[in-house]
Amino acid sequence: MRALERHRKLTAIWASESGLKSWFSTVNHTDLGRMFLVTAFFFFIIGGLLAMLIRAQLATPQSAFAGPEIYNQIFTMHGTIMMFLFAIPTFEGLAIYLLPKILGTRDLAFPRLTAYGFWCYAFGGAMLLIAMVLGIAPDGGWFMYPPLSSSIYSPGINTDFWLIGITFVEISAIAAAVEITVSILKYRAPGMSLDKMPIFAWYALITALMILTGFPPLILGSVLLEVERAFGFPFFQVDLGGDSLLWQHLFWLFGHPEVYILFLPAAGVISTVLPVMCRTTILGYGWIVAAAVALAFLSFGLWVHHMFTTGIPHMGLAFLSAASTLVAVPTGVQIFAWIGTMWKGRPELRLPMLHLLGFFFTFVIGGLTGVMVAVVPFDWQAHDTAFITAHLHYVLFGGFVFPIFAGLYYWLPHVTGRRRFFRLGELAFALVFIGFHVTFLAMHWVGLLGQRRRIPTYAPEDGWTTINLISSVGSFVLAIGIGMILIDVVLHALTATRGRRNPWGAGTLEWAMTTPPPAYNFASLPQVSSREPLADDPDLAVRLAKGEGYLGKPRNGWRETLTVDIASGKPDMHVIYPANTRLPILMSAVTGVFFLSLLLKFYWTVPLAVAGVVFLAWKWVWILGRRDDLEALPVGLGVTLPNAAMTGRSPGWWGTVFLLTANATFFGSLLFGFAFLWTVAPGWPRRSGSLPRSLN
Amino acid sequence: MVLLMLPFRRAKSKHDERRQVRVWIIGLGLVFPIVVLAALLAYGLSIGERLLPRAGDDVVHVGAQGRLSNWTITYENAPDQTTEGTLHIPAGRPVDVAITTADVIHSFWVPRLAGKLDAIPGRVNVLRIEADAPGDYAGLSAEFSGTGYDRLIFTVTAHDAAGWDNFLRGDLE
Repeated sequence: MRALERHRKLTAIWASESGLKSWFSTVNHTDLGRMFLVTAFFFFIIGGLLAMLIRAQLATPQSAFAGPEIYNQIFTMHGTIMMFLFAIPTFEGLAIYLLPKILGTRDLAFPRLTAYGFWCYAFGGAMLLIAMVLGIAPDGGWFMYPPLSSSIYSPGINTDFWLIGITFVEISAIAAAVEITVSILKYRAPGMSLDKMPIFAWYALITALMILTGFPPLILGSVLLEVERAFGFPFFQVDLGGDSLLWQHLFWLFGHPEVYILFLPAAGVISTVLPVMCRTTILGYGWIVAAAVALAFLSFGLWVHHMFTTGIPHMGLAFLSAASTLVAVPTGVQIFAWIGTMWKGRPELRLPMLHLLGFFFTFVIGGLTGVMVAVVPFDWQAHDTAFITAHLHYVLFGGFVFPIFAGLYYWLPHVTGRRRFFRLGELAFALVFIGFHVTFLAMHWVGLLGQRRRIPTYAPEDGWTTINLISSVGSFVLAIGIGMILIDVVLHALTATRGRRNPWGAGTLEWAMTTPPPAYNFASLPQVSSREPLADDPDLAVRLAKGEGYLGKPRNGWRETLTVDIASGKPDMHVIYPANTRLPILMSAVTGVFFLSLLLKFYWTVPLAVAGVVFLAWKWVWILGRRDDLEALPVGLGVTLPNAAMTGRSPGWWGTVFLLTANATFFGSLLFGFAFLWTVAPGWPRRSGSLPRSLN
Repeated sequence: MVLLMLPFRRAKSKHDERRQVRVWIIGLGLVFPIVVLAALLAYGLSIGERLLPRAGDDVVHVGAQGRLSNWTITYENAPDQTTEGTLHIPAGRPVDVAITTADVIHSFWVPRLAGKLDAIPGRVNVLRIEADAPGDYAGLSAEFSGTGYDRLIFTVTAHDAAGWDNFLRGDLE
């Protein structure tokens, strides 16, 4: 079989439907990854426009630009959109697009689940957008502290949109996390043992496991608060035995790991792009992985540093202050490993590298102010001022947006198969960099002068006028820069200058294919023997296209791939994927009906929606069922493997294990909440004799 | 930053990789931050310890209750005195403010006198403040509480000894 004939046959098997229909029925990870990223950047633009409105409001004292009711919605939605509808989905989209390619396989573990996650994200995000357009968006700040967010002080539907919409969106995060974990552990090229895995995959694996353990507390908190609002169960009302601090614990139990859930994938991008820009390999691979794991564990131990001013006991403060400073150590290890990589290699100042330098500069400052606020007495002053807002923007913009832009420019030729033609990117970078630092350096300053976060306006005699104006001008420069980056990307996609394969001279497998990537990724799967297979064998792409790897012969119209043993990377099972289907979009629509009925309090449709989901889930598994046993199949290169459906430890088994992990954290958080109310809540109903006196 | 710029200018390093791991990761990545952070942490904790409220003879006790409209202040030494939006204290004496709330979470903050402490439903948090000289000090509520949050400000008035006695007797000048 010739390469072209193989390409045609594989394309016939793997391709999505043609035209508009393909959007609704595709289960292909390349399509869905792109859809995730485009949607996430759409929300990025909206969140950015809201940020511009905030800066317009604060540019002058006693501004009448927006009233406080509208202004509260604007900053709440800015935080919510950037966190939940831009940052997390961007990671999911990047991982979904990239992982199978960088790991040398043909798709993710559960293609239909990818699609289901995307549609939950799209529908949930649409709910929040509609609320915003109607002027009934959430307005209690993005961390929704009760009792301000309870039904007494926020009687409108605004808060319900947040609680229900975000929970709906979180389904997609949990789905993507299960998917990514199983894909990284099982779906790799034969021979790729854990220590030969590209470092991006390590970061994605750690992030996915953190999502599985970090998101359930937030989901639980949202469920409890919604139950309190809708049915009057007093989980957070102190006079009825609840405690508003429980929300803060649950929220930050999610919220702090969240910072690292955003930083780690960005660090994965840096660790992948930086060595290529420096024409070398990463320094201290094992150390970086160990540091990332340490960071993941530590990040769950310091959520209380968002609550230093709530009056928790001083011993607890000392312990958590220590933990908060300790977390700087693994971060330091990674930063110095990257700088060491630059010393080891010969860095070239190409566009992704510019953004990486932007990352270093910004993130190090953000880290230093982070150490400052970890010192408790300083935090008592700076807490809830513009200083904190500036600090978190340095961390998130420096630690997430700059690396993502670096990754965007690095992988753009892979997505489009084209070469940059217009040179808009360098100028755009300069504007973004300058604009960002002007905006937020000014904000640090005005925060130290006492400007609180979230105030709609201030008086001329406060003396903040000039600084705020400088900050606002900077923010518009920043916005113009980001606008130019987006225009640059669109122009890139429209210009028809074909680029060559592997333009950066990278060594990882995603470049061992034609670009834009074919629906099946690899015509045959490679046997891997090092961390950079493409650097060892520059002709690998051609050999794979000729079918000199595993599964080079398309058969029976099957979408085939194989899985490997987790640690050693030896091939162990043969997998047949499901084909295009509209089941995922249908199921997420019915899931949406469930959430919408709760939101609008149409309780009679709730059981209907639940029944609908159960029926569709039953159909979902039924489709893949077989009536006959499959014999062990030859997969090429003289290897014969059993089919996954015929074994005990199928990918579905692994997926269930990780979903149950998330469930266990959910119920663990519920137990934590119960224990917290029992021991700490001031008004917990006292049953005589059942409590030790010290707890009363 | 200097470390970042240098590799662009110099020729390729001739050191072997193991030595680079030692210098960059163990030396600069592990040892350097641990030493600096340990020193900083010890300093921060000792400062924090000094800010704690401790019992003493001349400590004045007041209560501050946050509301969506204003702060309501009560005085232990003058049980029939209540002030809205202004906290009267004697200068030069430590004052313990018992912070509570009548509705949502607020935060009591007088930037020039102390750090902030939250007012949380069902709890009493005690903040130690002390003004060195008589005068007015600006105070703010520093936890977002919905519309009207920007107007939630108050004043701390520190009196000299005579002024404080006058205040306790109910003679506000």
